[in-house]
Amino acid sequence: MDILSLFVLVPVLSVFALFATRGLRQARTVALVGSLVQVGMAINLIFAYLRARRTNDAIMVFMKDYTWFESLNIHYQIGVDGISVALIALTAIVVLAGVFISWKMDDLPKEFFVSLIVLSTGVYGFFISLDLFTLFVFYEIAVIPMYLLIGIWGTGPREYSAMKLTLMLMGASAVLLVGILGIYMNSAGADGVLTFNILDIAQVAIPAEAQKLFFPLVFIGFAVLGALFPFHTWSPDGHASAPTAVSMLHAGVLMKLGGYGVFRVAMYLLPEGALHWDTFFIILAAFGVIYGAFAAIQQKDLKYINAYSSVSHLGMVLFALLMFNRTAWNGAILQSLSHGFMTALFFALIGMIYGRTHTRDITKLGGLLKVIPTISAVYVIAGMASLGLPGMSGFVAEMNIFVGAFMEEGLLHRITTITTIAAIVVTAVYILRVVGIMLMGPVKNDAFLNLDKITWYERIGVLLLLIPVVGIGVAPLWISDMILDSLTPFLHGFQ
Amino acid sequence: MNLITLSAMRHELVLLGLILILLVGETLFAPAMRKRWSQWAIGLFTVHTAIGFLPLASSELFGGMFVTNDLTHFFKSVLNLGVLIVLLQTSNWVQSQYAEEKRGGEFYILLFSSLLGLFYMISAGELTMFYLGLELSTLPVAVLVAYDLQKRAANEGAIKLILSAALASGTALFGMSLIYAATGSLHFDGIQAALGSNALTILGTILFLAGLAFKISLVPFHFWTADVYEGAPIGIAAFLSVISKGSAAFVLTVLLFQVFASMSAITEPLLITLALTTMFIGNLFALRQKNIKRFLAFSSVAQAGFILLGMLDQSALGAATVVYFVAIYVFSNLAAFGVAQAISERYDAEDMSSYEGLYRTNPKLSLVMMLALFSLAGIPPVAGFFAKFFLFTAAASQGHYLLVFLAVVNVTISLYYYLLWVRAIFLRKNENALPHFNSSWSMRLGLILPVIGILVLGVYSPFFEYILELTAIFN
Repeated sequence: MDILSLFVLVPVLSVFALFATRGLRQARTVALVGSLVQVGMAINLIFAYLRARRTNDAIMVFMKDYTWFESLNIHYQIGVDGISVALIALTAIVVLAGVFISWKMDDLPKEFFVSLIVLSTGVYGFFISLDLFTLFVFYEIAVIPMYLLIGIWGTGPREYSAMKLTLMLMGASAVLLVGILGIYMNSAGADGVLTFNILDIAQVAIPAEAQKLFFPLVFIGFAVLGALFPFHTWSPDGHASAPTAVSMLHAGVLMKLGGYGVFRVAMYLLPEGALHWDTFFIILAAFGVIYGAFAAIQQKDLKYINAYSSVSHLGMVLFALLMFNRTAWNGAILQSLSHGFMTALFFALIGMIYGRTHTRDITKLGGLLKVIPTISAVYVIAGMASLGLPGMSGFVAEMNIFVGAFMEEGLLHRITTITTIAAIVVTAVYILRVVGIMLMGPVKNDAFLNLDKITWYERIGVLLLLIPVVGIGVAPLWISDMILDSLTPFLHGFQ
Repeated sequence: MNLITLSAMRHELVLLGLILILLVGETLFAPAMRKRWSQWAIGLFTVHTAIGFLPLASSELFGGMFVTNDLTHFFKSVLNLGVLIVLLQTSNWVQSQYAEEKRGGEFYILLFSSLLGLFYMISAGELTMFYLGLELSTLPVAVLVAYDLQKRAANEGAIKLILSAALASGTALFGMSLIYAATGSLHFDGIQAALGSNALTILGTILFLAGLAFKISLVPFHFWTADVYEGAPIGIAAFLSVISKGSAAFVLTVLLFQVFASMSAITEPLLITLALTTMFIGNLFALRQKNIKRFLAFSSVAQAGFILLGMLDQSALGAATVVYFVAIYVFSNLAAFGVAQAISERYDAEDMSSYEGLYRTNPKLSLVMMLALFSLAGIPPVAGFFAKFFLFTAAASQGHYLLVFLAVVNVTISLYYYLLWVRAIFLRKNENALPHFNSSWSMRLGLILPVIGILVLGVYSPFFEYILELTAIFN
C-alpha cells in the first residue's frame, strides 16, 4: 500500500472498527487511535515529501495510478505537491483535536465518530486526488456527513441549518459536476482520448470559448464551500447549530476544500477562463471580506461572530487566488492553513465556554478571564492570530496576500486591495470587542463563579491547534518554501 | 427448426413451466401446499433465476419475431433478481394474509405471468409480439393491484391502471398501425429500413412512443402512478416501479437506438422535453408527499426523467448508461420498498410521521433505508451516484450542457425530499417511535441482496464495462 492511499484506508478501517464498538469509551478509543495514526502519517508525509523533493522535481510526487472505469478513462490517480501535503497535515491535526474535544459525546457516540471519520476520509481523498472524477466523489463524501452531524448532534435550529447547508453545498457540487463534464468533454489531447486526469488536462489547450463557459461553473461550484459572497449564507447557520468538533472540522478543514478546488481545478485547468472572469469574482471576493467583517461586528452569538469572521478570512483566500502571482497564492495557501488552525481553535474554545456557561450570547458573559483563565487566555491568543498580529500565523498569511495583491497593476486591483486591507481594522474591532465584553470586566453572573477548570483532554485539543498557529507565525519559511515550490506549474497559464 | 432451437426462449419456457407447476399445484395439492406457498414460489423462482444466469446463445425464432442476444439475456437476469427480491420481501405478507383464503397461489401465478409478458416485450423483434408482451405484462398487474379486495384505494388503483393501460396500449396500437401503413412491415428490421420522415411515420412514431411512455410513467403520462402505487400492495408497487418500468425503459432504448434511429431529428427534441417535464414535475410533486408509497411513486417518476438523458447519446455508451442506471435503480428502489414493506406489514404504518425516530429503535432497517435513499439521490460512494454521473456524461457528450445543468438542479431538488425522510428517521427524537422488531429471514435476505447491489455495483467498475461490452451492438 502506498503512502497516500493509507490516508484513505486508515479512516475507512477506523469506520469498520467503530461499527464493532459499544459505548462512548470504546468508540472514542478507536477514533483516537485512528486519528493519532493519521497525524503520525501526516508528519511522516511532510518529511518524506521534503526528502523526495530534493531528487524529484515533477509536479506531483508519490504518484500512483490505478485504472477504475476504463471505458470512460476514469482513474484512481493520486499524488501530492507541497500544497496538498500542508493541507493534509492541517486535516490530520484538526481531526485529532476534534476527537479530543468530543471526549464526552454521550449521545450516539459510535455514529458520531463514524460520521466524523467518514467526513475526514472525503477530505483526505480530495487532497490526494489527481483525477477529476475521484476528486468529485471525495468532495461529496466529505459534504454529506455534515447533514447527520449537524442534524443529530446540533443545537438550536439544527434541522433547518443542516438542510440549508447540505442543499447549498450539494447544489454547488451539482453545478460543479456540469463544469467537470465540460472540462472532460474538451480534454482530448493529441491522441483524441478524453481524460479526467488533472495533470494531462493542464497540458491540453482547452478552447477559450469552453474555458469562458465552464470557469464560472467550476469556480462557483467550489467557492460556495469556500463561503464566496453571496453564497456564504449556509455557513453561519451551519456553524451556529453544529456541535463543537463539527464546527472545528467544518471551518478548519472542509471550507478549505473550496479554495483548494478553485486553485487546483478552476484556475489550473481553465486559466483563460480565469483571466476572462477575474474582475467579477475579485469584486465578489473583496466584497465578501468587507461584508463578513462588518457582519461579525453586529453579532452577539460567539459562533456567528466566528462564522462571519470565516467568511471574511476565506474571502481573502479567494481574493488572493485571483491575483495571478506567486506571492499572493502563497499567501492564500498560508491563509487557508492559518485560518484552519485558528478557527478550529476558536470553535473549540467557544464549545468549552458554552459547555460551562450554557450561553454563547456575549452580552450575558463577562469577566471570564477571572473564572476560567486558561481558556480565556488562549481565546485572546487566537484572537490576536485572527487580527494578524506579527508572530502569529495570520500575519504571515495576510502579509503575503497584500504584498502579492499590490504587485498586480490596474485600478480595480488597487481599489479592492486597499478595501480588503481596511477589513483588517474591522477585524480588530470585532475581536477586541468580544475580548473586552466577554473576558474582561466584572463577572456578570454568580453562577459563573465556580465554572469547571479546563480538563486534560481539552488542554491537549487546544495545544494541538495552538502550536501550529504560533509555529507558522514564528517560523514560516520552511512551510512557505514548500508551498512556493509547488506554485510554479500554476503560473504557466497566466504568462 | 426443431425443439432445440426453442431453447433460445429458455427464460420464458422455464418461467412458463414454473407458472404451470404452480397452477397444477393450486388445483391438485392446494391443502398441502397452502401452508408453504411462499417457500414453494421462492424456491422455484430461485431455481429459475439460477438457470437464467447460464449462458445463452444469441438467436432468432419464428422468423425474427423473437430475438435474444447477450444484452436481453443479461437484462432478463437483472429482472429475475429484482423479482426474486420482491418475492423475498413479500413472502411473509402473502403467507400471513392470503394463505388461509387459498389465494396465495394466484399471487405468484399473476406476478410471474406479468414477468413473462415483460420478457416477451424485451425480446420482441416485431410489432405484434411486442404488443402481446405489453398486454400480458400489464393485465395481471391490474389484478394484483386490487389484491386486497376489501380496500377501496386498491380497487380504485386497479381501475385507474386498467383504464390508463387500455388508453396507452390503444395509443401504441394506433401508432403501430400507422407505422405499418407507412413502411409495410411489422418487423423491426423492415421498419428501420423503410422508415422515412413523412407525416405518417412521424405521427406513428410519436403515438407509439407515447404508449410506451405510459409504462415508464413519463410526464404527462404519469397520472395513474401515485394513485396506483398508493392503492397497491407495496410489493406490487415495487414491481411496477422497478421491474415494469425498467423493462419499458430498456425497450424504449432499443427502439430509439435501432428502429427509430433515423428519426432522431424528431425523437431528440421529444426526449429532451419529456425529460425536463418528467424531472421537474416528478420532483416538485414528490416534495410534498408524506406517504411513503406516494413519495416513492413520484420519486420514481422523477428518476424516469433522468433515464431519458442517457438515450440522447445513441451509441454503445448511451445505451450502457441507461442499462446500468436501470440495473442499479432496481436495487436502490427495491431496498427502499423493502423497508416500507417491513414496516407496513408489522405496524401498518406508511406515513412519514410514523417513521420519526426509527433509527433509535430499528437501526438496521434505518441504515438500509438511508443507503437506498442516498443511492436514489445519487450520493457517492453508493451505486446511484455512478449511475447518474454516467447518464449525465452521455448527455454531455452530445453537447446538451444546459439539459445536464437542469438535470443537476433536479438532483438537488430531489436531495431535499430524500433528506426529509433521512431527517424523519435519523434526526427526529420521538418517544413513540415504532418499537424494535425482528424481520423474518426472507425479509432480511430481501434487504441484504439490494444492499449488496447498492454498495458493490457502483464501485465495482467491471460491472459497467461488462454492460458496455453488451451494448456494443448499438455502435
